[in-house]
Amino acid sequence: MLIEGNVWRYGDNVDTDVIIPARYLNVSTPEELARHCMEDIDAGFADAVQPGDVIVGGENFGCGSSREHAPLAIKGAGVACVVAKSFARIFYRNGINIGLPILECPEAVQEAEKGDRLMVDLKAGSITNERTGRTYRTAAFPPFVMAVIEAGGLVPYTRERFRAQR
Amino acid sequence: MGHTLAEKIIGAHVMDGVASGQAEAPSLPFMLDGPGSTTSGDSSRSRPEVWPGDLVEATVDVVLSNDITAPIAIREFETLGVERVFDPSRVVMVADHFAPNKDIKSAEQCACMRRFARAQGLPHHFDVGRMGIEHVLLPEQGLVAPGDLVVGADSHTCTYGAIGAFATGMGSTDVAVAMATGSTWLRVPETIRVVYNGRLQPWVGGKDLILYIIGQIGVGGARYKAIEFAGPAVDDLSMAGRFTMANMAIEAGGKAGLFAVDDTTRAYVDGRARRPYRVHQADADASYAQVIEIDASQIEPQVAFPHLPENVRPVSQAGDVQIDQVVIGSCTNGRLEDLRVAAGLLRGRQAHPDVRCIVIPGSQQVYLDALRQGLIEAFVEAGAVVSTPTCGPCLGGHMGVLAAGERAVSTTNRNFRGRMGHPESEVYLVGPAVAAASAIAGRIAHPEEIT
Repeated sequence: MLIEGNVWRYGDNVDTDVIIPARYLNVSTPEELARHCMEDIDAGFADAVQPGDVIVGGENFGCGSSREHAPLAIKGAGVACVVAKSFARIFYRNGINIGLPILECPEAVQEAEKGDRLMVDLKAGSITNERTGRTYRTAAFPPFVMAVIEAGGLVPYTRERFRAQR
Repeated sequence: MGHTLAEKIIGAHVMDGVASGQAEAPSLPFMLDGPGSTTSGDSSRSRPEVWPGDLVEATVDVVLSNDITAPIAIREFETLGVERVFDPSRVVMVADHFAPNKDIKSAEQCACMRRFARAQGLPHHFDVGRMGIEHVLLPEQGLVAPGDLVVGADSHTCTYGAIGAFATGMGSTDVAVAMATGSTWLRVPETIRVVYNGRLQPWVGGKDLILYIIGQIGVGGARYKAIEFAGPAVDDLSMAGRFTMANMAIEAGGKAGLFAVDDTTRAYVDGRARRPYRVHQADADASYAQVIEIDASQIEPQVAFPHLPENVRPVSQAGDVQIDQVVIGSCTNGRLEDLRVAAGLLRGRQAHPDVRCIVIPGSQQVYLDALRQGLIEAFVEAGAVVSTPTCGPCLGGHMGVLAAGERAVSTTNRNFRGRMGHPESEVYLVGPAVAAASAIAGRIAHPEEIT
């Protein structure tokens, strides 16, 4: 799985209320949610984000609510991957479950700036920053988690298991 | 080496033999195999032992969702191609976030949840007029019990840790799979033990104790970990105070917030719990990632300033903060005891003319009890709003949304930017005593300034 896109850089504790404000939680499709993604801290994001772009955040990305609307909004906006120094745990699970690639890589984050071009190899666990020329490594996913990611999310994974049982 | 409470409860829900691929129970779909699966220890034991870091498949006692998270869960459930939920009596759905419906789209979300509940024959679907805020309602109705493993599509599901259940928030897709299979995958967390020593000062309650520790360890301080709350100050707390503390474990990033089951718990749970329950205890020689000892007698009422729950200081250091709105309620502090504390201050006094004071009993039962005890009268006569149970303003939904430049003092659980309305509004998190005092003073105030 290869991803290539431009960086949108945010700080620590990017919470679910800024990823998708609760006033928009009366809708649930990725398309509708994407329109309001990051609205309260980056009003220009939703209009300017391009498919394949990468969100880069600091510590505890996605903290706050369990709302799956948050990674759905990000994925719906066309973001291909989120790289952060660390993730809040419910957001981390939700990202995996809906097939939004998420990677913890403090070194990559430290050197990433808005507009940088990143190449991400999910299977190999590497992130390359075109501007710095550096390649950073990420920790491997546990095998079960990798299986869910490769299946495209928890629902496709579970459907496969159900089929295998019959 | 012994086990923490989280390890005990999760261990009791791991099906024997699953990890080795020999499922004795009705087949669970995950069949975690290969590196990373567990059990450690003797496979002939009736219950596997689990250790932090283990990836396990666990059976689930209750699966919860609400009007904003159920629609996605239902959509994913239908995509799974499963016809029926694993056990209708264990799937709970509550219309609390945007109900009574605030607009057409919210009405459609509740309608979607209602249709599913009817089609599946769910006995525990709670609609307007017969509901409460989910994390007030479920313990009140005895739908969660000590020793349970509960997953909910709401981050404050951790509230049920107060009765000694391992309860954790997840997203709608996880909950869809749990509804279908009655199980979920979990990484067993390490535990941080927080011991509150000493006796509480007047006006200090569970909200102040939890705000204090979040201020100490930060919004990521318990990330991926369970928290065990202990100590004499906690032993003295009522269930309402314990629910408040467990509720906000997630605000420190915690996976669960657990209390030992004691006489206070049993007095609450016996007669309420709708099924037999099991009490687990942490072993004296359990291994904790961290043990934090706190002198609770030194803790004053606390305030979390905008825009992070960790931005905590004692109310005496709040300075002069003029406010526009006070919210008393929510899954954090919407129980009868919280309302009693607030009413005790508001009775015979007036909310400040510049303050909109909004009181939200956490359930129909809380509302009735408050009515019968004269609390509602005290609120209305003080010039406060009394609402039907709803999450409402907590997440900027309805029943008290903020305009640009406005400030609210609130007994809710989050104050991120834009949480209660306009991104240029501010939310200060407090317990019910400070909330009521501030409503009267028109600014953040210690109850002793009012009495």
